[in-house]
Amino acid sequence: MIELITTLITIGAVLGGTLGTCSYLIYVERKLSAFMQDRVGPNRVGPYGLFQPLADGLKFLLKEDIIPDHVNKVMFLIAPTISVFTTLLAFSVVPFGDVNTSFKWQDLPIISSFVPESWQTADVLRFLVAPNVDIGIVFIFAITSLAVYGIILGGWASNNKYSALGSLRASAQVVSYEIPLGMSVLGIALMAGTLNLESVMGKQTSSIFAWNIWYQPLACLIFFTAALAESNRMPFDLPECEQELVGGYHTEYSALKFALFFLGEYTHVVTVSFLTVILFFGGWHLPFIAEANLDANSTSILMILVKLGVLMLKVFLVIVFIMLLRWTIPRFRFDQLMGLAWKVMIPLSMANVVVVMTIKQFGISQWWLLPISLALFGAAGAIGVATKQAELNQRSVTTH
Amino acid sequence: MPIESKDVVWVEEPTIGFWEASFLPAIVAGLKTTISHVTNYKSVTQQYPEEQPELPLHYRGLHRLNKDDQGRVKCVACFMCSTACPAHCIDIVAQDTPAEWSDRDKMPNTFVIDELRCIYCGMCEEACPCDAIELTHIYDHTGLTRDDMRFDKEKLLDVFEKTKNDPKDPVRTHRGRLGVASDFIELPTLAPATSVANNDRAAQAVTAGVIKR
Repeated sequence: MIELITTLITIGAVLGGTLGTCSYLIYVERKLSAFMQDRVGPNRVGPYGLFQPLADGLKFLLKEDIIPDHVNKVMFLIAPTISVFTTLLAFSVVPFGDVNTSFKWQDLPIISSFVPESWQTADVLRFLVAPNVDIGIVFIFAITSLAVYGIILGGWASNNKYSALGSLRASAQVVSYEIPLGMSVLGIALMAGTLNLESVMGKQTSSIFAWNIWYQPLACLIFFTAALAESNRMPFDLPECEQELVGGYHTEYSALKFALFFLGEYTHVVTVSFLTVILFFGGWHLPFIAEANLDANSTSILMILVKLGVLMLKVFLVIVFIMLLRWTIPRFRFDQLMGLAWKVMIPLSMANVVVVMTIKQFGISQWWLLPISLALFGAAGAIGVATKQAELNQRSVTTH
Repeated sequence: MPIESKDVVWVEEPTIGFWEASFLPAIVAGLKTTISHVTNYKSVTQQYPEEQPELPLHYRGLHRLNKDDQGRVKCVACFMCSTACPAHCIDIVAQDTPAEWSDRDKMPNTFVIDELRCIYCGMCEEACPCDAIELTHIYDHTGLTRDDMRFDKEKLLDVFEKTKNDPKDPVRTHRGRLGVASDFIELPTLAPATSVANNDRAAQAVTAGVIKR
């Protein structure tokens, strides 16, 4: 009973937190892109335009919800719900705080006097919706790649050539980038010896040099790039590039159904940022501020909040970085996109896994992983230059 | 005539080095640019209702009908403006002046400008022989109906009352300085248009427009 209530409260907190964060992330993104382009951005609704997300949401709710005559109605309605459902479901195994700590009913100052005695030592809120999921990472990848069904169904059901082209691109892209995404995390899973996200995060919290970024910088780069492609963000937003495909798979969608697609995309960005921080940047750990071994007061509410804040700050920085990238890198051509996945990232991540396995097998110091990762990166660059050069030589031979 | 092989310049695709092939320097340089715009943020947007635009002196906005020093409408109902008007938006009905007006024979009975048809070219202002019609700096005139935007004589005279003391809208007279444009005796010579109809005198003129005093 109490377990159920805890879970429900946690789900409520996650759902409310994610949805609220997403709407304000849109505000942050609009402001940030405005600053980058020397514009002002939303500033009319409320102070500094802070109520803009509310106005946007209200508009999405109140707009006429058009279902065109030529669509497959069932699929058309299902598609956006799949998009949101999968991304939110993936969030259920992502820890968003120190999972070894939790709020207890007795910690709450006034409310605790109203709840029954048996509840006092039980949790109010866990920092994870579904604890102890041992296939955590695989679960996330399995679920988030289901989101492509939302895109494909949406594009197919719209009965519109631009939507269909957009969803075709999306399927090719997501299927291709799924491989380097999974392969890059395989090294982390091998080092941690588990796929459980809580354990992966817990193992990095002893010191700053326990963060996986020191051992797996190449994997981090590959993971981040592939994750960007998975979430259809710039510079990998080919499924919905306005210049070629009008709106891509959501061309025919309006009002709340369009908002659901949008929400799904932003939730995906949030999940990806959480994963980047948890897998590579030590989760809630920050030297001198949020340390694991401050046992005496590690369970105090203040410490819990500090850890939560550190994690959220890191996630926010990753999200801001993603937004910066959006206005920095131009969109890939589709063959370049496929080439990057199949010719560069999959071989590199495979080599990375082999290196980690070798080191684990022979018990060599983990620190060797840092130079080897950089060497792999250098080798990839050298091969790229050499192939390009050979191609140019070949071309000059044929033209003269 | 075949192209000599010595005249052909072969352009080679530039070779890329190790760092270019890794994409990283380009990404870092790009990030530097975008971040520098955030840190040295300087908006170029004009917040319109709060900040009013700085209009140039020759801005052509709403019309006005000028009054002379005795408070009578200056217009002599010569129809020059409505003849010059390319949008045909000026409608004038003339009447005889009262007997005591010794300086003119006609005055407008009605004088209506359809501000929705008007293209604000200023031809009426240039055509007017007695500086009775002028374009002001008012640009935000609106109406709820089409009729609201048909400015009759009374409304146009009201515009004059509203704007006559505005330094940007000086009342011009034949005796005084007409305006910036009137100081030019001759505008810079333009080449005549290359293909025009034989009878198009405007296109064959060597100067774009000559205003002589």
